[in-house]
Amino acid sequence: MINQSQVSSRGIRRIMVGDHAVAEAVKLARVNVISAYPITPQTLIVERLSEMVERGELKADFIRVESEFSALASVYGAAAAGARAFTATSSHGLFYMYEMLWWAAASRLPLVMAVVTRTLGPPWNIHDEHTDILAIRDSGWIIGMASDVQEVFDMTLTAFKLSEDERVLLPVAIGLDGFILSHTIEPLYIPSQEDVDSWLPPRNPKVPYVIEPGGEPVTLGNLPRMDVYHELHRAYMDEAMDKAKNVLHEVYSEYGKLTGRYYEPLVECYRCSDAKYVAVTMGAWSGDAKVAVDELRDGGYPVGLIRIRYIRPFPDEELATYINGVRGIVVFDRDYSAGFGGVLAGELMGLVPSNVSFKGVIAGLGGVDVSPSDFRDVIVNFINDVERDGYLRVRKWWYIPSVNGGD
Amino acid sequence: MVTINELHKYGRTKLIMPGTAACPGCPLQLGMRYLAMALDGKFAMVIPAGCSSVIPGTAPYTAFTVPTMHVPFASSPAVASGLRRALRIRGVDGPVVVWAGDGASADIGFASLSGAAYRNEDIIYILADNEAYMNTGIQASGTTPPKAWTTTSPRGKTEGRKDVSLIMIMHNVPYVATASIAYPMDFIDKVRRAASIRGFKFIHLHAPCPPGWKFPDNYTVRVARLAVETGMWILWEYNQGKLTISPPSIPYKDKGRRKPIEEYLKLQGRFSHLTKEDIEEIKAGVDRQWDLILKLTEIYR
Repeated sequence: MINQSQVSSRGIRRIMVGDHAVAEAVKLARVNVISAYPITPQTLIVERLSEMVERGELKADFIRVESEFSALASVYGAAAAGARAFTATSSHGLFYMYEMLWWAAASRLPLVMAVVTRTLGPPWNIHDEHTDILAIRDSGWIIGMASDVQEVFDMTLTAFKLSEDERVLLPVAIGLDGFILSHTIEPLYIPSQEDVDSWLPPRNPKVPYVIEPGGEPVTLGNLPRMDVYHELHRAYMDEAMDKAKNVLHEVYSEYGKLTGRYYEPLVECYRCSDAKYVAVTMGAWSGDAKVAVDELRDGGYPVGLIRIRYIRPFPDEELATYINGVRGIVVFDRDYSAGFGGVLAGELMGLVPSNVSFKGVIAGLGGVDVSPSDFRDVIVNFINDVERDGYLRVRKWWYIPSVNGGD
Repeated sequence: MVTINELHKYGRTKLIMPGTAACPGCPLQLGMRYLAMALDGKFAMVIPAGCSSVIPGTAPYTAFTVPTMHVPFASSPAVASGLRRALRIRGVDGPVVVWAGDGASADIGFASLSGAAYRNEDIIYILADNEAYMNTGIQASGTTPPKAWTTTSPRGKTEGRKDVSLIMIMHNVPYVATASIAYPMDFIDKVRRAASIRGFKFIHLHAPCPPGWKFPDNYTVRVARLAVETGMWILWEYNQGKLTISPPSIPYKDKGRRKPIEEYLKLQGRFSHLTKEDIEEIKAGVDRQWDLILKLTEIYR
């Protein structure tokens, strides 16, 4: 789906799959060290990057590690030595990194990782779901989810700027839906290397600190006193996350000037400013949800869409602003927190006043296709229920599409 | 070869500051000091979880005077790989040293170690082997000797011992050696030789632990030396295709010159439960290991 905002985009127009768009962004960012372990549907990213390195288009070291754990550990080491570093993974690979994710974040080193979202087993399933990327939301990584291939590219490139900003210095994970974006060809604009260089200079290796032989005797990670850990360390993480929101505004504003593409940084409001009902989504299926919103608007329903671009730092103020004054909110989760329900529904519910209707919908797990008509039906039913009963509050509702459904 | 005078010079410099949290008689602190002497204090260090995460003391302070990263248990070879690669790209020279225990090397981090070795990453990996998970309270590891008491092998370890250094040779790395904290000159020479070679270097440092092995804390060097003198620990060096017995161990090629193994075992509470048959089995194991290493010196000549 072509975004209207791209009409004024600058750069070369090309077509490519989402995974290759990630690789293009990494190349333009002049990354120094890449390390990754193959997992479907992330593989196209690392294959393309390997080719770029082999052909000399990208002057970087590609470390062919033996696991995802070592992939993250090695780019983390590279970042500590002052390099701009990148890794990519999916699903089980992301979970194999889990311990390192936390260590990398609290070390306050800039890093960028692409997470091509995929279901977790058992049973084995290589298709799309957001449960994997949402399971790292407490780890200290900034987490974004793209909704089309252009945004995959833009989010990856801006991630370096964001992560290396002295006010942030946190790793950034960029999510793209497995197969739906990773393996689907879409048109996109790619800025010139000169434009990117003018906006994204090489990383300053001394920020925040550098580990090098003969250098300053920095020690990272040895046992602190409990109060030091609690007060300094966590407060420090929290401050950086808060500041990251402002930095995101700045980065996307600069990026807009550079490319002609402007984004609402944390949350996109699609026809939601005058809406009485809003749907909330994240990731690629937001495009389908927008089609549904358009159709419903044509049918007279006062509906809008809130699309979450960054789930960490949590965009509470933006969401609260858009939610303010609506009659009902329906949240679509392509994820499932066992024993709880949808993760986004849970996170949002705290912002929804008790007199506003609410429904958390779990749909599309394991890669099940959710079409615009599915979105339309669920939203219409929600609106009708609220209008009929005056109030509805359902935190968790499983959407089971009919076998022959879809369009 | 390093001289005593040279070591005296380092004795007056503070490569590890006083006030560490190491136990009395800790072999790791000795080993680390020798490491720093060998490299003149100019290196970067990566340390996985273990006693050496605690030894530098309480953050934000540290007793180490070299840039150091403390990292998750299984990650140090990979972290060091990335560190070294990035430093090379930035044109920064100097050794990157992993200082890891036996749990991090033989067990939880073995895949990561194997990966870094097979990629021939330009790092020095020192396995400071105190033969159990000491920091968590003396639990059996892959290098704990058979029959040794630990808190998870209260009647003696029933499994064998993983020979990590020989496995490293099979990774086709340029340099692998064993060393002992009782032989600092030998260890220092090996570290310096390793630092002069490009690629993956592995040094397996024998480090007897007073509380873990249950011997008095003024016996650390004595126990380490007896390990070599009884032939229980063989000092050898594999340097780019050639394997040799190191000078301190050369006399013990001759079985008749080795001290009785009981002298080594009886100092350690962890072996106090051994029967005569157990000791005979251990002796047979030592003979087999010598046979193997001597055959390897023939093969890698």
